[in-house]
Amino acid sequence: MTLLRLRNLSVTLRDRPVLADVSLDVAPGELVGLIGANGAGKTTLMRAALGLVPASGESSLAAMSPGARARAAAWMPQAREIAWPVTVETLVALGRLPHGRRPGPADAAAVDAALERMALEPFRHRTATRLSGGEQARALIARALAQETPLLMADEPIAGLDPAHQIATMEVFRALAAEGRGGLVSLHDLGLAARHCTRVVALAAGRVVADGPPAEVLTDDLLARAFHISAYHAETADGPVFQPLRVIR
Amino acid sequence: MTRLYAFLVPLVLVLGLISLCTGPAGMGVAESLRALFAGGEGPLTLVMREIRMPRMLLAVMTGGSLGLAGAAMQGYLRNPLAEPGLIGVSGSAAFGAVLAIQTGLSAAFALALPLMALAGALAAVVILLAMAGPRGGSLTLILAGIAISALAGALTSLVLNLSPNPFAANEIVFWMMGSLADRSMLHVWLALPFMVVGWTIFATVGRGLDALTLGEDAAASMGINLVRLQWGVVIATACVVGAGTAVAGAIGFVGLVVPHILRPFTGGRPGALLLASALGGAAMLLASDIAVRVILPERDLKLGVLTALVGAPFFLHLVWKVRRERA
Amino acid sequence: MRLTGSILALALLLPCAVAGQGHGRAVTVTGEVASDAVPERPGRVVSINLCTDQLAMLLAAPGQLLSVSHLAAEPRSSSMAEQAGAYRLNHGRAEEIWLMQPDLVIAGSFSRRATVDMLRRLGVPVVVMGPAYSLAQVSDRLREMGAALGRETEAEQAVRDFEAALEALRDEVPDPPRAAIYDANGYTAGNRTLAGEILATAGFANIATEAGVAGVGRLPLELLAMADPDAVISSRRHPGASRSEEILDHPVVQALRDRSAGAVLTDRDWVCGTPHVLNAIAEMRALRRTVAAE
Repeated sequence: MTLLRLRNLSVTLRDRPVLADVSLDVAPGELVGLIGANGAGKTTLMRAALGLVPASGESSLAAMSPGARARAAAWMPQAREIAWPVTVETLVALGRLPHGRRPGPADAAAVDAALERMALEPFRHRTATRLSGGEQARALIARALAQETPLLMADEPIAGLDPAHQIATMEVFRALAAEGRGGLVSLHDLGLAARHCTRVVALAAGRVVADGPPAEVLTDDLLARAFHISAYHAETADGPVFQPLRVIR
Repeated sequence: MTRLYAFLVPLVLVLGLISLCTGPAGMGVAESLRALFAGGEGPLTLVMREIRMPRMLLAVMTGGSLGLAGAAMQGYLRNPLAEPGLIGVSGSAAFGAVLAIQTGLSAAFALALPLMALAGALAAVVILLAMAGPRGGSLTLILAGIAISALAGALTSLVLNLSPNPFAANEIVFWMMGSLADRSMLHVWLALPFMVVGWTIFATVGRGLDALTLGEDAAASMGINLVRLQWGVVIATACVVGAGTAVAGAIGFVGLVVPHILRPFTGGRPGALLLASALGGAAMLLASDIAVRVILPERDLKLGVLTALVGAPFFLHLVWKVRRERA
Repeated sequence: MRLTGSILALALLLPCAVAGQGHGRAVTVTGEVASDAVPERPGRVVSINLCTDQLAMLLAAPGQLLSVSHLAAEPRSSSMAEQAGAYRLNHGRAEEIWLMQPDLVIAGSFSRRATVDMLRRLGVPVVVMGPAYSLAQVSDRLREMGAALGRETEAEQAVRDFEAALEALRDEVPDPPRAAIYDANGYTAGNRTLAGEILATAGFANIATEAGVAGVGRLPLELLAMADPDAVISSRRHPGASRSEEILDHPVVQALRDRSAGAVLTDRDWVCGTPHVLNAIAEMRALRRTVAAE
């Protein structure tokens, strides 16, 4: 049972092809890391998959009704907007909106679980807009977690977090995958992608150039072609290590 | 939250009662209320039922609508400075109303008055959203609002000056400042249907506004139909502001002050703020209307003067605060 | 440069030309016309105010009055609309009046100040007459108009006729019914106005006095209702529409009107202090008798 099925997804914006013929699946248990240079089309891919941007081709999520889709996938956009000075608890509770109007015990439990997973319990009653950027990011991730959907999609969720929280968040996503859910996250940190993702999809100029386990995808050849960098990588006792070194022209 | 309502609801009721008992006729509370409910012979019944009752009802309806529309616009535009009076919606509604009266349409067909005011308000909201939109910042919004206000005011003045009626030219003050004096139950019945439609639509947008806290993308992904939300806010605002302005003139600042004061008590959630702002707006307008009758009873002090005296400094304070936070 | 020069020269020459075109009358430095310049018996009189129009039409000798204001020809506001058809109509503008070459202009105290000043600067004598605020002042204005036109004898006769007719209309009313004058924006008129005196002479008690309004003032709708008058008198509605007049359609005002013998509307006989107020008084007197009979 796939959580997401994309076939020949293409997006043209202002007469420019931004995404061309993308096909991929996400199954339960997978944490898919979406990587690519700036402007490669990562955000557009995820938004098109959700049906937020007009696209040609198939997307299993976009074909659903909005209500069903909201219960099938949670989306954390790149722009981390919090418009009003709500408490962290209220913010996270917004994730429960797709689950019906009357707040019930299931909602409180989901909020509590999300707060705990993201180590936000001490911030529960703090005003979200007064937190630091990283803390806000974690609160917004918690919101997506509270939505309790089989699939979690996030656009650069760990950007701006300190190393500890970057690692902790990736571990949360991995744990979710292990529980039978799925995740599709875009990120720039190739090292973290190598260490935590079960699968890596690389995008370049709107096309998928590689799709497979990290070790297979993160080759020198791909790094040079898609990212114009050279990197140091090694398998250590603690898992793979990855460090970009130089820009290649 | 329930504590908030436990305060607001009795406040509105008490102010409504005081409003019913305020007026130049100077009768006691017991006597006034007896005349209102039990009726009977004598001019006091006429005064209570045909002068004070409609005035109190209109204050509640219009104040509530303005508070509601202000909260909804702020929630949708995600901008605490949005307010129907400030951004030209009330002014355009006033223009529609004046046009209906001066062309004789409202004399031929009574509902033409609120309908044309509604059309004016709708035009303003649509233009505003096209120019500023949810992604436009405060600057664009206020500038667009100034332009629309100025245009509406000028057109209203023009139409009034072209009228063959000798009183029309001086009425611009009423339309720009608003007043609930000398209204009758007819005005209540004219405004009520449109306001009820608006209130009903507003009751459905709370969830969407809450979701918009996270931005449009996130809200859409949570199942909110953004197009339906936008049109809901637009049409409902046009309905309630149009109907209110048609019978009471343009009253500003209620939709700005009330949501801002009550926001901390609703935890910042725009959806919860809707009902609270409706009650708060009703209370504010009732209080202003009482003050207008008590402070300078011989002069015909306009309602909008009082709301502006309170609201404009408040607005300046808000601008200052927003500026400091952005810095 | 040359163009500017010629324009400047023209501009300087113009006032001289205009001054020279005066009818050979003395123009003092301040621009006011010396009082001895008002002719004894003016032969070309122009009136630019509705009330002075009617007084002038009443008292002027044939051919003496040249022009009256356009308002005098409107049946809504003028009691002498038909007679006004025999005269040229003016709009109170200095140029058109100047072109008629009058030797006397009669204006009201609310005529445009700028126009009056301009006419005086051009050497035209202007007599300004105030409105009549009471019935006694009607006689005064008749006399003033007679003096201005050089028709004192005719004026005295008119005053005698007026005062006699007025006496005839006064009744002894032991228990006067109560009436209210109620107009747009809730304005009422008390006893110290012409309208108030018309009402009083006809035998009504004016509720404005109870409310403490002596001149023209605002009467809140509630007080009108509480006063519960036997008759409510309002102006006829003006053309076009306005919010100010909506109060006259208020259910409270309608309810009060329903109680009196039919809705009563004032008209052109009330507006000016001329002997035509006698018609208004006669109407009100008839109304008072009907109301008192109920």
